[in-house]
Amino acid sequence: MKKKDKKIDIAFYSKMYQLMYRSRKFEEIVMQLWHEGTIFGEMHMSVGEEAIHASIIKNLEDGDAIAVDHRGTAPFFMRGIDPISLLLEFIGHKDGLCSGQGGHMHLFSREHNMTSSGIVGATGSTAMGFALSHKYKNNKNIAVALFGEGAINQGMLLESFNMTSALELPVLFVCKDNNWAITTQSDSVTGGVLLDRAQGFGIAGEKINGLDFQESFSRIGYAIKTIRKTGKPYFIHATCVHREGHFLGDQLIALHRTTGKILGDLVGSLTKSLFKLKGGLVGERGESLGHILKIMTSSKHQLKSSVDPLVIAKKMLKNQGADVLSVEKKADQEIDQILKQTLQIIQGGNQL
Amino acid sequence: MKKLSFAEAVESCLMQKMAEDHSVFIMGEDVQMMRLNILARFGKNRVINTPISEAAFTGAAIAAAMSGLRPVVEVMLVDFIGVAADSFLNNASKLFDFSGGKWNAPVVYRCACGGGYGDGGQHEQSLWGWLAHIPGISVVVPSNPIDAGGLLYAAIEHDHPVFFLEHKLLAQNWLEYMGIGGRSTVQFDVPEDGAWGEVPKKWTPIPLGKLNVVREGKDITLISVGVGVHRCVEAASKLEEVSISAEILDLRSISPLDIENILQSVRKTGAVIIVDEDYKEFGLSGEIAAILAENQIEFKYGRVCTEKTIPFNRESEDETLPNVARIIHMVKKVVS
Ligand SMILES: Cc1ncc(C[n+]2csc(CCOP(=O)(O)OP(=O)(O)O)c2C)c(N)n1
Ligand SMILES: [Mg+2]
Repeated sequence: MKKKDKKIDIAFYSKMYQLMYRSRKFEEIVMQLWHEGTIFGEMHMSVGEEAIHASIIKNLEDGDAIAVDHRGTAPFFMRGIDPISLLLEFIGHKDGLCSGQGGHMHLFSREHNMTSSGIVGATGSTAMGFALSHKYKNNKNIAVALFGEGAINQGMLLESFNMTSALELPVLFVCKDNNWAITTQSDSVTGGVLLDRAQGFGIAGEKINGLDFQESFSRIGYAIKTIRKTGKPYFIHATCVHREGHFLGDQLIALHRTTGKILGDLVGSLTKSLFKLKGGLVGERGESLGHILKIMTSSKHQLKSSVDPLVIAKKMLKNQGADVLSVEKKADQEIDQILKQTLQIIQGGNQL
Repeated sequence: MKKLSFAEAVESCLMQKMAEDHSVFIMGEDVQMMRLNILARFGKNRVINTPISEAAFTGAAIAAAMSGLRPVVEVMLVDFIGVAADSFLNNASKLFDFSGGKWNAPVVYRCACGGGYGDGGQHEQSLWGWLAHIPGISVVVPSNPIDAGGLLYAAIEHDHPVFFLEHKLLAQNWLEYMGIGGRSTVQFDVPEDGAWGEVPKKWTPIPLGKLNVVREGKDITLISVGVGVHRCVEAASKLEEVSISAEILDLRSISPLDIENILQSVRKTGAVIIVDEDYKEFGLSGEIAAILAENQIEFKYGRVCTEKTIPFNRESEDETLPNVARIIHMVKKVVS
């Protein structure tokens, strides 16, 4: 599938890169506002998933629906929803996309047929409902369900696999697989092969490298064309990483960024528990410790720049002689402006 | 006695119970990393990580309990129990009655609940009234460390299903996890006396269905659970300044409900306000009014509850959840 040596459409892929880069910069503002405490609660980032989202968005048409999970920032931003209204929503401002009522996990845009849910696995049935409506109305639109590999063990999602297949409904199921569900390595609690699952339900599918924007674009493009042609569901299993971990403040990521403190506290408390009388056998306790260490060390690879979809895309474009810097500069200015305007609105004091 | 946080109290009780009784084990999403100390001491066989399959593992726990084990199942946030409703609605709750009292399931569902830290309406619900609505299950909601440990101990020993709900403003590990995330730039209204407290060296059970009189008073009875109890305490000390003497009852368990002691207090004060972080309609606050009426007690009545979807905006969230100002306002309205 990869045609790295072939000449590519530089103008097109520069546009893709621009979309990914803008989204990344936008999320950097989100991070800043969260760290400052302007954004409350949890904050799940799409950082590391940009190639997948850009590939979906660039292949969609007006009227297509997207059901988004708890990582909504990139899909909403890339679909063209006013970025200031998104930021204001994350802050809980009355002029936010959902009047400050939903926050980042509960974004809705009626005009764009876009929904979110913080309930893991819920996007399958939502996308199926939109697809049902498309079919009912006899239009050529499709619906996309976004979810993680952790969600794929949720009953309602598997039920939607079966039902979209049996009823022939135009749904693109996109599993963004970073192999982590919070602190659990998903392969340790998942049976079989995901692609086989989809195929077991009679859904065509394929596994792609979701870090590679060329491969993602072409395979997701193919999937969407196929759905429009056949009216049947399609399954994309896309690998990715979450460079900020599960959510901002994730200890498993902080562990590798800050030295000492977190680890020190942990070791202190663990040592006490390890040596408490009554409990598991020595071997079992050792095994537990091994498990904890494994989780702590395996989270580190997400921070490497070699698994950053933006770094990968940029390198490819530069090799092809694209003017990446001017793309970035323009985007930087735009995002700066968004932040300025947002701050002006907040400081204008018309918060709820 | 020693001083522990709410979260530490729950953990230390759980460890004591696991050491005493080999049939006790824990199961749920992320429990191995979330309960590191328990994992380190008891090993993976007794700290079982599950996939995100709530319907399956909450249901499985019932049969495991029926065959002699005592599972403590974690369903992260009580909001997520929605996808697993069959387990408590039509399975665990019905077993004892359906089997003619011949088979029972001693399962504990442990869930974090409650709001006040900006996580929105899908992650901050209380839902205890919704759960307690169903016959056959108990629902406990501790408001401080000593009750948390004692009630958990009793819940594990109880021979039937129990929901054990931990408010996130009290359970410091949950607040850190969901609300703070290592930041020093956010602050929440955490009730000190609920998040920290003296606990015994060795845990013993606090019976389910026994309320705690937190404060005696003669003019009005304030009834609450969880964080609401602390809001009532704060309100009561302000009301004292205007010569209103409030009695505060911490229900500790919603089901079974300590009807006897509720009646006794309201008979004395003749006025009652229910402070309930759960939804107002068809819930605890209405239930208590009905019980008082059924017992032919004459009383003045008010309630301070959550009346709509909890909004994400922090200020509106604080207005939506019961707060001290709303309690004081309601008390003045009712006693005047
Ligand atoms: C029904 C339900 N169970 C549990 C949770 C808590 N939760 C939020 S995100 C998450 C992990 C999801 O993993 P995955 O689907 O792989 O998505 P990722 O976060 O990796 O993008 C969990 C367990 C939830 N929100 N809803
Ligand atoms: Mg994942």
